[in-house]
Amino acid sequence: MLELQHISFSAGDGDANKEILDDVSLTVSERFVAITGPNGSGKSTLAKVIAGILKPTEGKILLDGEDITALSVTERAHRGISYAFQQPVRFKGLTVKDLVSLAAGRKITVSEACSYLSEVGLCARDYIDREVNASLSGGELKRIEIATVLARGTQLSVFDEPEAGIDLWSFQNLISVFEKMHARTNGSILIISHQERILNIADKIVVIAGGKVTKQGTREEVLPGLLAGRICPALEN
Amino acid sequence: MDELEKMLLMQIADLHKVPDGAYNIRNNGEADGRRSTPHIRIESRKDGKAGIDIFISGKAQGESVHIPVVITKTDYRETVYNDFYVEDGADVLIIAGCGIHNCGQATSEHSGIHTFHVGKNAKVKYVEKHYASGDGNGENVMNPTTDIRLEEGARLEMETTQIKGVDSTVRTTRAGLAANAELVIREKIYTHGKQFAKTDFSVALDGENAGADIVSRSVAAQSSQQELYLRIDGNKKCHGHSECDAIIMDDAKVLAIPALAANNVDAELIHEAAIGKIAGEQLLKLMTLGLTEQEAEEQIIKGFLS
Repeated sequence: MLELQHISFSAGDGDANKEILDDVSLTVSERFVAITGPNGSGKSTLAKVIAGILKPTEGKILLDGEDITALSVTERAHRGISYAFQQPVRFKGLTVKDLVSLAAGRKITVSEACSYLSEVGLCARDYIDREVNASLSGGELKRIEIATVLARGTQLSVFDEPEAGIDLWSFQNLISVFEKMHARTNGSILIISHQERILNIADKIVVIAGGKVTKQGTREEVLPGLLAGRICPALEN
Repeated sequence: MDELEKMLLMQIADLHKVPDGAYNIRNNGEADGRRSTPHIRIESRKDGKAGIDIFISGKAQGESVHIPVVITKTDYRETVYNDFYVEDGADVLIIAGCGIHNCGQATSEHSGIHTFHVGKNAKVKYVEKHYASGDGNGENVMNPTTDIRLEEGARLEMETTQIKGVDSTVRTTRAGLAANAELVIREKIYTHGKQFAKTDFSVALDGENAGADIVSRSVAAQSSQQELYLRIDGNKKCHGHSECDAIIMDDAKVLAIPALAANNVDAELIHEAAIGKIAGEQLLKLMTLGLTEQEAEEQIIKGFLS
């Protein structure tokens, strides 16, 4: 279980673009937890604070009761936190297989790598030796990013807007990836999303606006209000 | 041949034993084995200079020739001239390379001057690796010069690699291409410590529809320095592409000077260049997979130079 206690974050001097967080407390123990809210509300910042990429200015992060606030990105990865970037990184020279192997933490066979790629809807044989460079489209990179988290199979997986850019691949597939992942790891999956169809599978929804948690509860409690009240303008589409 | 010399041979030519096909092994300036085959003839030079002439017949198809150089003496300098005469239509793999292990205090130096005369429609793959090690303070210096002349329709693919160990190097490559000839060069360099590496490519596309594709990837770490000069002259209707891509680390310095000279309205020449440190996002991504920052850096460099 992940527990955030009174997390605040403010960027250093002069960086006006950074989102802030203001006294955010929440727990993640359910199967699927969705974090939603307007653009710039602090959702991505929260994901980075959980992964250890950003250090909170105040507050504590506990994973299964252990205080991990001071732990590095690497140490948190070893404790069982995975994080899928909103904008996946490109690497000249590293192949898709290299990246999936690094994610799995061991040398994997071609067929193992292929199985992760097939799960995210990529015809594996075509991709396995491709470099993770500018020759891949945004959508392809996004799916490879999800495959790296699949290959890790840890107890907590954080996805920052996984649906963005995977236009040609149906939502249903993305959702079934999450379901299979849960079946395998029995862990929690934290998804930052604007998409109603993703919110629809969440066991718990957390709404963040202006760096604060404005609402959290079960899907039944939160979703109707979101849709009616249009708290999240992106949901209008 | 002792263990050290065998280790050097492994590094530069992946040789565990006597290679198949033709070979010539040069060990501290002495011939340490030579074999000609029916289609590949190796002879000592007749002009008094050190080195060999290699004659490759048009009947050689898919054959290979290994010509490694090993130096284990300190304070040893040599200049070696090797000339390759590749007949029309031959198809051959040439593996060269120089390994120096210098335990002494003085400089050891190898300058290899390779000239390729590649006949019409012949295909050559040329692989050269440079490796040096040693526990003394003696410098390891290698200055490979490659002179390439491709006749009509000939193709030469050159892979040149220098990973660490070599203290100072000036690598000069000159090429002239006739009609429909094609030149592909892949260079990989890693320098560290106080090493200096200079690469100088100059390619003249003299014939109609000649093409060149030259890619240099390098990593400059610690206080090493690299210079890259890369020039393509398009003298007829032709296509040329060059790319230099460098990762810079620590206090290293990299200078890249690309030049394109179009001397014909139908010359299509492209150059791409990028020098930069490893992106923070790349390190972070690999750290979220459980690698330490240093492991992440190693993986990124390994991938970049593979």
